[in-house]
This record gives sequence, C-alpha cells and structure tokens, in this order.
Amino acid sequence: MAKRIDVKDLDIYYGDFKAVEGVTMTVEPRSVTAFIGPSGCGKSTVLRTLNRMHEVIPGGRVDGSVMLDDQDLYASSMDPVAVRRTVGMVFQRPNPFPTMSIRDNVAAGLKLNGLKNKKKLDEVVETSLKGANLWNEVKDRLDKPGAGLSGGQQQRLCIARAIAVNPQVLLMDEPCSALDPISTLAIEDLINELKSDYTIVIVTHNMQQAARVSDQTAFFNLKATGEPGRLVEVGDTQRIFSNPTEKATEDYISGRFG
Amino acid sequence: MTTSITGRSTIDDDPHDADRASTGRLGDRIFGGLATGSGLLVVAIVTLVGVFLLVQAVPSLMNNDANFLLSREWSPSGANPRFGIADLAWGTLVTSVIAMVIAVPLGVAVALFITQYAPRWLSRPAAATVDLLAAVPSIVYGFWGLNIAGQYFEPVAGLLQGALGWVPFLSDQNVSAKSTLAFAGVILAIMILPIVTAISREVFAQVPTTHKEGALALGATKWEMIRVAVLPYGKPGIISAAMLGLGRALGETLAVLILLSTLSPTKEWSFSIFNGGSTFASKIAGGASEFDTPQKTGAYIAAGLVLFVVTFLVNAAARIVIERRKAFSE
Repeated sequence: MAKRIDVKDLDIYYGDFKAVEGVTMTVEPRSVTAFIGPSGCGKSTVLRTLNRMHEVIPGGRVDGSVMLDDQDLYASSMDPVAVRRTVGMVFQRPNPFPTMSIRDNVAAGLKLNGLKNKKKLDEVVETSLKGANLWNEVKDRLDKPGAGLSGGQQQRLCIARAIAVNPQVLLMDEPCSALDPISTLAIEDLINELKSDYTIVIVTHNMQQAARVSDQTAFFNLKATGEPGRLVEVGDTQRIFSNPTEKATEDYISGRFG
Repeated sequence: MTTSITGRSTIDDDPHDADRASTGRLGDRIFGGLATGSGLLVVAIVTLVGVFLLVQAVPSLMNNDANFLLSREWSPSGANPRFGIADLAWGTLVTSVIAMVIAVPLGVAVALFITQYAPRWLSRPAAATVDLLAAVPSIVYGFWGLNIAGQYFEPVAGLLQGALGWVPFLSDQNVSAKSTLAFAGVILAIMILPIVTAISREVFAQVPTTHKEGALALGATKWEMIRVAVLPYGKPGIISAAMLGLGRALGETLAVLILLSTLSPTKEWSFSIFNGGSTFASKIAGGASEFDTPQKTGAYIAAGLVLFVVTFLVNAAARIVIERRKAFSE
C-alpha cells in the first residue's frame, strides 16, 4: 500500500512569486516524516505539492519532479484528481462536510469513486473508523451530523475519511494545531499506528510533536525575508534534534531562532 | 462547526435584553429614538396597508353574489356584483411557476459560474452585468418582450403545441404566442434572475475553503466538489433566493399587463399555459382607470388583499429558511 516519495529540484510558484526553491528529498514508505520550520517558510506549500493541491490556488504551479515510486505526479498525462485519490490529506482545521452524517462523511470519497454497494460501504466505514480510533465513540450515532463531534473527534473523522479511499500516502497539515492536548495525544497515537500501513508526511509547529511521532525530520527556512523558502536540512529525527549539521537548524530547534 | 467565524459577538445577540452600551447621553437618546421610530414606522405602514385593504374590501365582498375564491366571473359593478379570483389565481400561479422553473436553475448555474468557474478578471464584470438586469425598468421588459423577444418565442411555442398539444397544459388556444401565460412567465424569469443569482452567489462565495479543499483532497473533480461541498452548504440560500424571486414574480405588474391578452368572459376554461389571462397585479392595474364606485374599487382591492397575503406568506417562508440556515452555519 505505502509508496516512496522522491522529490527532486522542486521549485514552487504562486504566479510569478517563487515561494519555495530547490527541494530535494526522499520519504521512505511506512515512515513518518515531519516538516518543521518558522511560519511562511513554505512547509505547507511543499506538502500541498505532494498531492497537487497546490494548483487549486489560482496561479499555483511547480517546476521539478515529484515521484511516487515510479510514477511522476506532474507528468502531463497525470490527472490531478487521480493523484489526490492516491495521496490523502488531512487539514489544519477539522473539516467534515457539515451537512453530512458521520457515516456519509467517511463514505464520501468512496461514493465519489462510484462505490454504491451499501454493504461494502458500511464495511469500509467501520474499518476506517476503527482505523482512526473513532469507532467506539461514534458507532451508535453514525447517522448524526459529523459537525456535532468534538474538535478532536472531527479530526479523527477526517482521518477516517482520508484512509477510507485506501491511499498510498497520507499528508497532514498541522493536524493538531486546533486541538487540545488530550485530542492531540490521541492523534499522535493514531499516527504511530497508521505508520505501519501508510507513508505519512506531517507539517507541525510543535517540535516536541515532531520528535515524538516522526522518523525523519525536514527543516525548512527562508533564506531572508522576501526570498523563497528552502529545505535547510533533512535527516533522521534523532540526529536532527541531537546533532544537526546546519547552524540554522540548531538555532531553530533550540529556540534561539532569530 | 465549533469554530466558525461569524462576526457576531454576545453584544449583538440580544440588544433588548441588556442595553448596557447606551449611556443615556443626548446623542444616544436622539439616535436611539430615531432608529426606534423608523422601525415602528415601517411596522405601522404595513399594518395600515393591511387594515386599509381589509376595510375597503369587506363591504364589496359582503355584496358579492358569486364565490370569491372559486368564481371565474368578474363583473364587480351593478346591483348584483359577481366576481371571483379563480382566473387571476390561475394566471398568477402559472406565470410564477414558469418563471421559477426557468430562473432558479439558471440563476444557480450563473452563480456557480461566477463564484466557481469564472477567472477572477471575469467574475466581477459578470456579476455586475447580471445585477444590471435588475435595473431595467419593468415597462421596458414588457415592450421588449412584445416587440422583439416575442417573435422568437413563436416557433418555440408552435413546436411545443405541435408535438405535445395533446397534453392539457400545452394545448393550442389560438392566442398569439407572445401574449400567452407561458411567455409572460419567460419574461418574468428574466426579471427575477438577478435576485436569484445575487443571493445564490452570496452563499456560494461563503462556502468555507476548507470544505472545498476537503472535497478536492478526496479526489473530487470540480463538479463533484460543487455537488459535495458547495450545493449542500448553499441549499438553504438557494431556497430563500427562490422564494424572494417568487415574491417578485407574484407582484410584477407592468410587463405582465403589456404582454398578456385578457380572456373574453365567455371563453371556456383551459389549463393550457398557451392561453391568455390575467394575474392579480395585471388585473388591478388594468382596471385602475375604472375605479368609480366604492363597490367596484372594493372588488379590486379584495383581489389585491389576496396578493398581499400570498406575497407576505412567501416572504415570511423565505425569512424562516434564512434563519434556519444561520443556525446551520454556526
């Protein structure tokens, strides 16, 4: 299920503005990679290029290549819609569809894929909710609106929705930034479990979180104000946090950033 | 959503409950008085209009020898006046329904184009152009329909009558196509298109980006994203847009008066939309010059009262839907 991501010489633009430049990195299958760095350094932007969500913003485009195993995500023959069905995404703010029930939220992606068989849908809804550690909390109210859950539950609902379509890769854009510590812990535990099935990339502002959940950490920074963001350093999480190669990384993780 | 930003604070919630913001200073008192006065004035005007209609209509209704709601006759003068609103209700219903059937899907489609499909440089001018339709005076629509657009409706009407003439709704009634209820409905559709579009556009533009991106990230195409995220979110807005449009279509007078050919009292009843007829508003406007006796005037005013009540109910329904939508999005 899980696939390797190879990013090579990736430049990312908003119209004429170059937001990120020269990113080259590899994400191993069945691992968690954390993107850290100050606000505005382009880590979310890089994340969004991994499922071609960057192009949804008017003027968004990239140079360079992103490979999923041996598939070029930016090949001209590649349909962005197909990419997004293979690479799932969880957003900063929990965003269940407000008019849909819990069941329909989880089934939304499958229905888009044309699955109509009610029994099969119910099966996938159950396994996905179990996979997102939400089943026991919601199994008696699957027909209630998804928006009625707590923030942490909503975020796990969104994770269930993302894994229901059986993606190769799961992207998470600051999935815990709107959640309280207990819900955050639940999501972090979940990430640890999901790791055995999926390749996971997570953007986080919380360095303890990066240290707790990730195998590999990538540090992004701006060269200077107004300059494009760039990947400063990527490596084993333990090494990045104990013995970074770059001075900028050390300054950032030790809080001496300026 | 537990965390939506709505721009409301607890201060807005119930100004009558705890008016702690007022200081009792002169400026506060003057402005507060003016605002309260204006509010009361509007309520008073609406109430007075209702009372006026009622007072004028009741004596005529008492003298009426025919069933006011069911009769097709309209001879309100003389010693034994006989008048009913069956024809008017039918004409109003048919023209309004046709207008809605055309304008609501079209308006929603235009709003979707403006908010979801049009490139940025085009969406503003496109929205402004649609709004401009609302600025065209009603009488201009009437003349335009009669002298220009009507001739293009004739082949359409002919086609429908030829192919589906056996359906009672579509039978040929020997009325010129541009003077039929059907064509009046088409013109009404154009007239209510701006309001349907404007309100739909507003709700579609408010669909949170996170919902749209949530759908796209699941691998939805643009149309699927609209179906999954935009339309469900906008549904209550579309309903209220339709109701406000209906409110306008019901009351539209001049264009309908110019277009519709009135029926001779002897003509047999027909369900066809290719018949002539009258709406409440057009009947009253057409008869305005002959309001000579209180009895006759009262008959027309009774018809106006029905229109007043129906429009009021439609608008109230729209309001209720809008209120429900608020509860939904918070």
